[in-house]
Amino acid sequence: MPEGTESAGERKTATVWDNVLRISMREAGVAIALVIIVVFFSATAPYFATPENFLKIFVQIAINTVLAAGMTFVILTGGIDLSVGSVLALCTVVGATIMVREDLSPWTSIPLALLACMATGAACGAINGWVCEKWKLPSFIVTLGMLNVASGLARVVSDNSTITGLPQPFVDFGNQIYFGVLPSIFLIAIVVVLIGWFILRFTVFGRFIFAIGTNEEAVRLSGHNPRIFKIAVFTISGLTAGVAAMVFLLRLNVGSPIAGIGYELNAIAAVIIGGTSLSGGKGSIIGTLVGACILQVLATGLQLLGAEDNVKPIVIGTVIVLAVVLDTYRNRLLRNLEAR
Amino acid sequence: MTTDFKETAPGADPVAIAERDQDHDAGPILKLQGVGKRFPGVVALRNVTFEIERGEGHVLLGENGAGKSTLINLLGGLFPPDEGSIWFNGAPYHPASPFEAFSKGIRVVHQELNLLSNLTVAENLLFEQLPSRRGLVNFREMNRRATELLAEVGLDISPSTVVSRLGVAQMQLVEIAKALAHESKLLVLDEPTATLTSKEVDRLFEILHRLRERKVTILYISHRLQEIYEVGDRVTVLRDGQHVTTRPLQGLVIPDIVRLMVGRTVEDQGVFREDIQPSDEALAVDNLRLTETSPPISFSVRKGEIVGIAGLVGSGRTEAVRAIFGADPKVAGTIRVGGHAVTIASPKDAVAAGICLMTEDRKQQGLLLDMSCAENITITDLKRLSRWGLLDRAAENAASERLVASLRVKTPTIFHKVGTFSGGNQQKVVIAKWLYRGSNALICDEPTRGIDVGAKAEIYELMGRLAADGKGILVVSSDLPELMSICHRILVFSNGRIAGEVPRAEFDQNRILSLAYEEYGRARGN
Repeated sequence: MPEGTESAGERKTATVWDNVLRISMREAGVAIALVIIVVFFSATAPYFATPENFLKIFVQIAINTVLAAGMTFVILTGGIDLSVGSVLALCTVVGATIMVREDLSPWTSIPLALLACMATGAACGAINGWVCEKWKLPSFIVTLGMLNVASGLARVVSDNSTITGLPQPFVDFGNQIYFGVLPSIFLIAIVVVLIGWFILRFTVFGRFIFAIGTNEEAVRLSGHNPRIFKIAVFTISGLTAGVAAMVFLLRLNVGSPIAGIGYELNAIAAVIIGGTSLSGGKGSIIGTLVGACILQVLATGLQLLGAEDNVKPIVIGTVIVLAVVLDTYRNRLLRNLEAR
Repeated sequence: MTTDFKETAPGADPVAIAERDQDHDAGPILKLQGVGKRFPGVVALRNVTFEIERGEGHVLLGENGAGKSTLINLLGGLFPPDEGSIWFNGAPYHPASPFEAFSKGIRVVHQELNLLSNLTVAENLLFEQLPSRRGLVNFREMNRRATELLAEVGLDISPSTVVSRLGVAQMQLVEIAKALAHESKLLVLDEPTATLTSKEVDRLFEILHRLRERKVTILYISHRLQEIYEVGDRVTVLRDGQHVTTRPLQGLVIPDIVRLMVGRTVEDQGVFREDIQPSDEALAVDNLRLTETSPPISFSVRKGEIVGIAGLVGSGRTEAVRAIFGADPKVAGTIRVGGHAVTIASPKDAVAAGICLMTEDRKQQGLLLDMSCAENITITDLKRLSRWGLLDRAAENAASERLVASLRVKTPTIFHKVGTFSGGNQQKVVIAKWLYRGSNALICDEPTRGIDVGAKAEIYELMGRLAADGKGILVVSSDLPELMSICHRILVFSNGRIAGEVPRAEFDQNRILSLAYEEYGRARGN
């Protein structure tokens, strides 16, 4: 609350306006952008505002949302994970290989595949984090290495071929739609986001993630070991890549060593558009969910407007940069508001 | 003295030089008139007036924080003065950048080296004006001139050596050679001998001698009081941002100089708690060595005792306390807390043992500037606030509120970001976070740096309260009167070792300052 010499009336209006600004400048800012984009396409693009279209969008954002949720943890500590796309590919072939085995009943193989996917992903992530911390390397380099290693492993495991013939109950669950517009895989993504939100917001671990992203040295000198937490965030990112691999299998019913190419970049884009700072310490996982929505809504909306396929990436690329540009203004505004 | 080096130096167009020299051959080279400079919370320089004669060797002395660095930075064009005027070579001097200072003929060799470590020695030496032909670097010419410059300072290395492969002393000589690369009128050397061996120091004096024959004026700053006689004709002493004297060095002996430097009178604001009787040992350090060759450090602090660490900046005070806390590695030494030996390999171990360190740099190392006051306070012990890993925010807020009230941190709410706080309030948050942790041995490195007078008094009072509670407190400070007003005794660091220990009954600025300079004299004397 500003304490100044202005008259009470002026101060009150200023405060209300400040609070509106402050709230809209934080997480809500991205949500407002999403609403504007949805309203715009609903008004201009034919078929955009139909349940079928929303269903399609929900199906399409599921994988990216799960990956981006894990990525948010890494970026909040100031790191980056470029390996999630090919770790996802590795996990799809691992999961598919288990599920197509004739000797296991679907009720054994499906949970087993889920566990194997999560374990594989978490192991890749843990290796990323451990190598980064052990030799004090930038995560950009280490995860770039893992991107290639996991991709190669995926080819080895799958013998360079796609794996099809997943069990019928699994395929059926992937096609399930609740309440007419909510596909099962979207619900999985929402559950992942909610778990992530809970961890970041309500746990000691979450507090450390923000603190490390804000000032790692201060955390170390406060008597903690930041390395453990940094290894943990990469493990989480790998774990979500494993979950995303299951979502991928549910949606496309095929395990493939060439799945997930470029997915890491979409995930990073969603995190950044969602307002998480690449230098760490600031951001939210709800923002990431909204960021993923913005990316997909733009893609679908442009398509329905009849934009050429070549135009779409141009618009989306511009939006990513624009989001970060706006973020710098937003931070300046917020700082001014808080200094008052 | 004419060398071909002089003829090839850029900017050494003979006509221009003749013109410049002719114009202002009389009068001082540098004149400061009522110069003042303020930083948030501190007045660094106040009404400083003195002159440096053309061609003289001028020594600038003063305690830590006397304003020497600020003065050098003004000359070097890093920032302008708030008040007063500077005249250089007969004309008003307001450099807008270090480059402008350099082109006007003032060359500053800073204490912390400014070499580009991934480039070669030759590239560094001639960086401002690389010899080139149509935009391409003329490597042969560059290396030829670099070789000459290196010979000038007696450095036997290839000009194509990459700087990062040099030792510190060699880098220092490269910096000096760099200053020779361009004809300068005033050469400012800040602690140039700190890393040099006595042979290299002799070499440096030889160079300075030759430069002065060439009518280059030298402004020289050093901790080693013995050596200033070899460089200087006159000395200027600063104290607490103010000019004390400018006078010939001849006839002035070292004790006189120390007396001139000795700072303000100690204003005992009644912050020393006579009532506290130190009891058992709180923290003890035995034979701590930072490196294989560094001298061992031993001392102890009792419960209820405030022990000061005085010494010049760079005398190893901060390094020692960081090593005790496990923030930096050490090679040997035992640390006891409350009488029990503890193994400290990281800050985590130190905190678990009950030691805390309030770092010198609170913004970069002490605080999470973008996080709230409450989050900063509780970061030292979140376990206490959690169950099954879940944070109990109500408990967190209650604990923070209590400390904010007890330390009188001025903030509208505990949810405000500490980055927006004043220096004094930020320091209180740092103290609060360690009180929250319940540490018994408190190490405070420069606890009142950049804090206004009112907040300082509160911090002193707070330290007294903590000592009364039975905590052992170690205070590192460059502010000698501050230490003399709050401490039971003062350890004086000099050149990496403890040169002496002074009990409260014998506190005397002269004595403490002489101890602080002691080891630097010996290092030179061999």
